[in-house]
Amino acid sequence: MDLTLSDEQRLLRESADRFVAETFTSDHRKKTANDPLGYSPAIWKQFAELGWLALPISEAHGGLGGGAIEIGLLMEAFGRGLVSEPFFSTVVIGAALVAECGTEAQKQAILPKVAEGVLTLAFAHSERAARFDLAHVDTTATKTADGWRLNGSKITVLDGAAAGQVIVSARIASANGASGKLGLFLVPAGAPGLTLRDYARLGGGRGCNLDLRDVQLPADALLGDGQDALPAIETVVDRAMAALGAEAVGIMQTLLDTTLEYTKIRKQFGRPLSANQVIRHRLADVAMQVDEARSMALRAALMANAEPVARGRAASGAKAKIGRCARFVAEQAVQLHGAMGVTEELDIGAYFKRLLAFDTLFGGSAHHYRRHAALSGRVHA
Amino acid sequence: MDLTFSAEERAFEKEVRDYIAESLTPEMKRATALTPSVFSDPDIGMAWQRALHRKGWGAPGWPVDHGGPDWTPAQRWIFEAECARAGVPNVNVMGVKMVGPVIIGFGSPEQKNFYLPRILSGEDYWCQGYSEPGSGSDLSSLKTRAVRDGDDYVVNGTKIWTTHAHHANRMFALVRTSDGERQQDGISFILIDMKTPGITTRPILTIGGDHEVNQVFFDDVRVPVANRVGEEGKGWTHGKYLLEFERGSGIASAKLREALKSISDLAGSEITGRAIEDPDIAIRMSELEVDIDALEMTELRVLSALQTGQNPGAVSSLIKLRVSEIRQAVTRLGVDVVGQDGLAVEPARPLYRLNHEPVIPEDLLPVVPEYLNSRAYTIFGGSSEIQRDIIAKMVLGL
Repeated sequence: MDLTLSDEQRLLRESADRFVAETFTSDHRKKTANDPLGYSPAIWKQFAELGWLALPISEAHGGLGGGAIEIGLLMEAFGRGLVSEPFFSTVVIGAALVAECGTEAQKQAILPKVAEGVLTLAFAHSERAARFDLAHVDTTATKTADGWRLNGSKITVLDGAAAGQVIVSARIASANGASGKLGLFLVPAGAPGLTLRDYARLGGGRGCNLDLRDVQLPADALLGDGQDALPAIETVVDRAMAALGAEAVGIMQTLLDTTLEYTKIRKQFGRPLSANQVIRHRLADVAMQVDEARSMALRAALMANAEPVARGRAASGAKAKIGRCARFVAEQAVQLHGAMGVTEELDIGAYFKRLLAFDTLFGGSAHHYRRHAALSGRVHA
Repeated sequence: MDLTFSAEERAFEKEVRDYIAESLTPEMKRATALTPSVFSDPDIGMAWQRALHRKGWGAPGWPVDHGGPDWTPAQRWIFEAECARAGVPNVNVMGVKMVGPVIIGFGSPEQKNFYLPRILSGEDYWCQGYSEPGSGSDLSSLKTRAVRDGDDYVVNGTKIWTTHAHHANRMFALVRTSDGERQQDGISFILIDMKTPGITTRPILTIGGDHEVNQVFFDDVRVPVANRVGEEGKGWTHGKYLLEFERGSGIASAKLREALKSISDLAGSEITGRAIEDPDIAIRMSELEVDIDALEMTELRVLSALQTGQNPGAVSSLIKLRVSEIRQAVTRLGVDVVGQDGLAVEPARPLYRLNHEPVIPEDLLPVVPEYLNSRAYTIFGGSSEIQRDIIAKMVLGL
């Protein structure tokens, strides 16, 4: 039992905190807000040089073999700076899906390129009718003479427009026409039949919706050897939620720090806001929820390799709890900044919106408390 | 980083589990489950204290030369977790966890030699004389006065909310021995024999129907000066030290997990008409389990910091606040799980020694009283409002 960081982990955290503080300033954010790419390729290259893109990738595939704790350290630092580089979509999700599902040849073809920073990935899975049900996929993949044909629509594809390859989930139609198991397909950017509606995402970064109309893919576009991809998707999404939780903790900590400073400086009725007990107690509650969120993110990371039910309970528990804390912390940060809190002149709003986005991604608190209860045998989801 | 315990720690866990299995009687276990108040009555609580003392585990937090077992923080965690899992009696903390550390920290050699073995063995039963009718959260405004007369202090005044004063043979108390510039000055920490003439105890029944607390009156009570712990007038420092023990001593998540589990068992049972099938109940159970997970992780983070010799910081207030809130939420869920049967109040105590057949199933009896009693959790040991003041000052630096 040891929850202290190793020397290597401490160094990673220090270098990430320093890099983020120096690079991701308020000005940087304002400059990239309207950038059609949503991030800076020059900074992405630095991420690669720092070894961050190789972090969770196995050593056999050009990576460093790090785990959920290391990812969490980076994500928390990224949260503090509202980083919009596609680390989460490319490394935390994309590379992890390839590592979980891909054949050895596919891993060799893709993972070293991710680690080097020359290939970005996106995951196209969510569909409007599915809400947050990971098993609900209406997009179809039909076997053709020389490969696959995909049809369907996806929403909330994070960083999809900039991705070199989009990993699309589709239900593989079986020979008798009945729907069968889930597959994951590598779809290159610009594939004929693929249309993309790109947008600037709430809270920073880009997102897009995808339409797939008779998209033709080669046989080896299917990740893996034809096993059902759902367990791998659940594994990767559970781990991804732990990573997002760490990012949310970074965002919440920044909001707490900023709000503390503001209430010390801002004077009304001849004294600082922080002299008022109602403000002090509110800040105590905010601090408490940030701490609870920190505990839950750490817990989910430590359980990232547990058996599926324990892992899922930890991930959903964390997502639900951190989501609830995040809403409270974000709303109180705005409230305690008074009218300034609702302007675009301060950074508070940007952090607020990123937490709102966090809460809804992969399902909000209500969904994840339900999933937790179902995995605990209390209710049927 | 990892959450697993070492092979030695696993072996220790088994040793604890085995010892509890052989020494916890079914009577003690049933009595504990049927005790809605914070602490077990002394017949049950002290029986368990004696069992722990026989094994050398009577005072886990004490230094080894005073009879502590010399456990690492991880061992203390494992011990508390196993005790919670097994449902052992809740031994009144006033002796081992409260006055013991103060005597160890500030007492004379004579005081240590006399009192500490009697705490360990359960021969002495302690109560705490802190709050007064006019001094609750503002504890240092206390007015009970001790006036020097030869080798004695003559004590006059009153203490209130005194847990188990009606069982205790000794009290540790904060009394005013002089008036200083600040109200914290001039307070002394003294040990009082409850059989001294001039002491009367009035029971206070609380809303759950239990007699756990009292008001104690002092009418010219003579206490030897030799019973003062530490310097005269410096009692506030010693008393505060103890309050930090009171807040930080707990490894509370394991107990809360068991409390939730027993509510969950009731909810799954026919005696509540299978309350768990109500999705609202099921979701609240998950919400509380997750809250306990977060608390447990925070406790483990503190433990890990202690283990590696780091200072965990002023988190004890944070933990006290959450523990009390979660405790109340768990008991509130219990009330909703029991439903209308909760109206059949059983006034007799103790619930494990009734002379009649209760109206409702025995397992339901303590649930509503537990909820009612749990309202006190956010009040005693520094109310939630005081904890938030402390967090703002000590954690946030406001």
